[in-house]
Amino acid sequence: MSDIINLTLSALINKIKKKELSSQEITNAYIARAEKSKDLNTYITTDFENAIEKAKKFDEKGNFDYKLPGIPIAVKDLFCTNNLKTTAGSKILSNFIPSYESTVTQHLWDEGAILLGKLNCDEFAMGSSNETSFFGNVESPVGKKVVPGGSSGGSASALAAKLTPTTIGTDTGGSIRQPASFTGTVGLKPTYGSCSRYGIVAFASSLDQAGPMTQDVSDAALMLDVISKYDTKDSTSVNFKRGDYFKSLSSNIKGKKIGIPKEYRVDGMAKEIESLWQDGITLLKKLGAKIIDISLPHTKYALPAYYIVAPAEASSNLARYDGVKYGYRSEGENLISMYENTRSEGFGDEVKRRIMIGTYVLSSGYYDAYYLKAQKIRRLIKNDFDEAYKSVDAILTPSTPSSAFKIGDKTDDPVSMYLNDIFTVPVNLSGLPAISIPAGKDKNNYPLGLQLIGKAFEEQNLLDISYSMEKELSFKNNLQDWWI
Amino acid sequence: MSIDLKTIKHIAKLSRISIDDKKAKELEKDLNSIFEFIEALNKVDTKKVDPLTSIVETSLKLRGDEVKTKNIREQILKNSPDENKDFFVVPKVVE
Amino acid sequence: MSKNKEYLIKRGNSEYEVIIGLEVHAQVLSKSKLFSDSPTNFGAEPNTQVSLVDAAFPGMLPVINEFCIKQAVKTGIGLNAAINKKSIFDRKNYFYADLPQGYQISQYKDPIVGEGSILLDLPDGEKKVGIERLHLEQDAGKSIHDIDPQNTLVDLNRSGVALMEIVSKPDLRSPEEVNLYIKKLRSIMRYLGTCDGNMQEGSLRADVNVSIRKTGDKKLGIRCEIKNVNSIKFMQMAIEYEANRQADILEEGGSIDQETRLFDTKKNETRSMRSKEDAHDYRYFPDPDLLPLELTDDFISKIRKEIPELPDEKKKRFVDKFKLTPYEANILVSDIETSKYFEDVIKNSDIKLATNWVTGELFALLNDRNLEISQSPISSKNLSTLINLIKDGTISGKIAKTVFEIMANESKDPKSIIDEKGLKQQSDPKEIEKIVDDVIKENPKNVELFKSGKDKLFGFFVGQVMKKTDGKANPKLVNDILKKKLN
Repeated sequence: MSDIINLTLSALINKIKKKELSSQEITNAYIARAEKSKDLNTYITTDFENAIEKAKKFDEKGNFDYKLPGIPIAVKDLFCTNNLKTTAGSKILSNFIPSYESTVTQHLWDEGAILLGKLNCDEFAMGSSNETSFFGNVESPVGKKVVPGGSSGGSASALAAKLTPTTIGTDTGGSIRQPASFTGTVGLKPTYGSCSRYGIVAFASSLDQAGPMTQDVSDAALMLDVISKYDTKDSTSVNFKRGDYFKSLSSNIKGKKIGIPKEYRVDGMAKEIESLWQDGITLLKKLGAKIIDISLPHTKYALPAYYIVAPAEASSNLARYDGVKYGYRSEGENLISMYENTRSEGFGDEVKRRIMIGTYVLSSGYYDAYYLKAQKIRRLIKNDFDEAYKSVDAILTPSTPSSAFKIGDKTDDPVSMYLNDIFTVPVNLSGLPAISIPAGKDKNNYPLGLQLIGKAFEEQNLLDISYSMEKELSFKNNLQDWWI
Repeated sequence: MSIDLKTIKHIAKLSRISIDDKKAKELEKDLNSIFEFIEALNKVDTKKVDPLTSIVETSLKLRGDEVKTKNIREQILKNSPDENKDFFVVPKVVE
Repeated sequence: MSKNKEYLIKRGNSEYEVIIGLEVHAQVLSKSKLFSDSPTNFGAEPNTQVSLVDAAFPGMLPVINEFCIKQAVKTGIGLNAAINKKSIFDRKNYFYADLPQGYQISQYKDPIVGEGSILLDLPDGEKKVGIERLHLEQDAGKSIHDIDPQNTLVDLNRSGVALMEIVSKPDLRSPEEVNLYIKKLRSIMRYLGTCDGNMQEGSLRADVNVSIRKTGDKKLGIRCEIKNVNSIKFMQMAIEYEANRQADILEEGGSIDQETRLFDTKKNETRSMRSKEDAHDYRYFPDPDLLPLELTDDFISKIRKEIPELPDEKKKRFVDKFKLTPYEANILVSDIETSKYFEDVIKNSDIKLATNWVTGELFALLNDRNLEISQSPISSKNLSTLINLIKDGTISGKIAKTVFEIMANESKDPKSIIDEKGLKQQSDPKEIEKIVDDVIKENPKNVELFKSGKDKLFGFFVGQVMKKTDGKANPKLVNDILKKKLN
């Protein structure tokens, strides 16, 4: 059984196709491990009984031509799942059962995958350490009392701890890449418009994007093949010619031009991050890539702009949680007090903070100074990337300015928490694709990730570069299963 | 610039979130530190910059005028906090 | 009301002019909603026309209905307005029980239609009323306060239905002008098929902005907005009340508060809606779930080609080509169904007679029975036949009225009525000559008198002939033959 959970997604698929493993064997293996791993608090809701039933059905008469034949998968609890509780990590949705399925998860099931359950995340995906979830902190398998990152913290932790062979998360400002970096896994944020947002609980509509979190780069390519599809139900979905990512994967990157942005060399960046980045550059050179120094001059304004745009959109997106149609309600003597009590009790502190910021920056007299200003800065940041991509094919940066930290270390200081996303946020503001791959470890043996940022809709290029790096890096988490 | 307690309370009201004085003070501190960090944007001259409202550089797609969702009242009301089978129910509103 | 320009509010020595602007909310005629695929039918069971998008379930996204865009563009063209090739959908944020998203998707800075105008026919000439803009937005649901004594119930059937908000410039000056404006706007939209204009069903309602100023003043006064008035009569009453209320305040040296008011239809007065006061910061911003709407020239010109003849043009044609009076033309074009009926009638019959019959007998009948022209018991085809029967002398105008009455009750075609009842006019000169001879034979005394110069007796002889023919003798023939025989 321990063999099963140590296989990558593509290895599992091979074994299932060759009938060397059954869906039931695989499903049972992951369930058994999840049962022993409750201390990590990765799951909000499990659907194990149904999963076993579905695995049985698959083994009886499943289609082995599917891309994910009989593969059990747990997903972030931000994806609405038909008939299974979907909470977004919030009290306000703690009893919400959708009657519909998100487009992205539907694609998984349409390719033969089986839902294991819903993974913990920061409340409404607002957080960088999974400490804002109503359902409690998630621990990272990389160390006791260490945060898995956020907001897809439950997903990252479950993946790293081998409770699911792959998973999907969402990334608004780094919520896939930062936890991937913290847990030694691969996280891909596709180009905005690649994966449908239909049925995903919205945080910031112009930034949110679903993406795969996997054990290695080829698994990410495989998952992207499944979930990146044009969807008429999402007006921001883009109908571009998608690649055959998995099949086309190539480790030949000779002659590719990789940009190194000087502005990412931020003050106080940890030495180990600095050397991780340097090693990445050296490796790329060795692989035949051409390294080019570039400048993204507005980088330092990305985070402040993000903390206007994202809360503004969130303050409006979260207005629907009012105790009227679904979810938690706290009674009140009149409509307004019902609203105020419901939202005050139903939302956690970080969510309330961001709703307040968002309301403020949109309010009369402040719109131009904040929201409009941020949208202009957003244009400048995107222009920086456009300019850079005239001379490079991709950009290499660290994924995060530091490695994973301990639970509780940054909860008192919102700004220091926000600074975690300093390298990931510009990508969301520009709608670009980016991937984080594990590239080394810090002094505590916690993983560190490198980020590759690509041109819009050129995920293949990004996957190829990271695939070639991954081969040389041969990163191993070597977890001790201390939580079992 | 700083955000005072009165503004905090006004914003809370607009956001339909009830806060007591203690909470308001905490939020005053948090929001001021966040805005201090946001104020960095004022250093950038954006007079001649067009705001970027949509990252997707295509035009809005249009759908045909077709009715696909018929009566799904049960689904619509299933998650409602009240038991009424026909309506959503809220405390009495006086107009 | 006398002449429109004289609608003034008098207080002591002061005279106040009333300045009115309207924000009309017109429901777009479409099968499905603006951003979702649920139906728009009126009067359905509560919450049966609601999709997951309309009820704002988590993760649900808006996808715009192309037909609604076409309808808005069409209406814009009908209002002689500029069509904006790029427009943007914004979120208007506020909390209300019947607003499930917590925001309404609307257009704020960049509406789909810009400035245009509407022509009103006033007794003393035409008046052009400016249109400021037209934009698309979602309707909210309905809060019901009178079913449950403890609670307010919410029906989301209307939630997400497409509305056109048509904003006029403050060009209206009296309740009567408001009446004409709404009717004209409604008429144009019905011609275009973009809104059914049904005020009972709420397809057309308006926010009315009212301010007053002393006659001669150039500066506009402070206005009050009377929300959501759903009949022309109520709009007029609300304006009347509001203008007088404001005049009272100014006269006592007070000042008007700019505020939102509600017209209480039971008390016939407006009152302040204090409950909504604090919710006035709408925090508009572009909806990130939608992209800018961009229309191509091709898209717009295709719609332009679909625009039918509108009331103003039709009126002009009726006057120029059919020689109707402007008054007649006006009443025939104001409603599209009436104009269609009229044009059907005149396809095969005399225009002058048709105009008289439609505006006379037919309107009286419909009015009497409180019917729409589409419900007329007399089809345009039958009326056209009747007119032709008069024209070719088959029946007299007088008999025609009898036939018309029978048609109104039995919906039969006039020819069979005439045959059945033997109402056909006697136009055979030989037959009539025989009868005339009989009459002369039977009244020798009167013949004497007539011949001796008592001309007035001619009428007596006509009467006698008519009596013998049950009124069916062709009057012209009777006259001619009598004259010949008596002289």
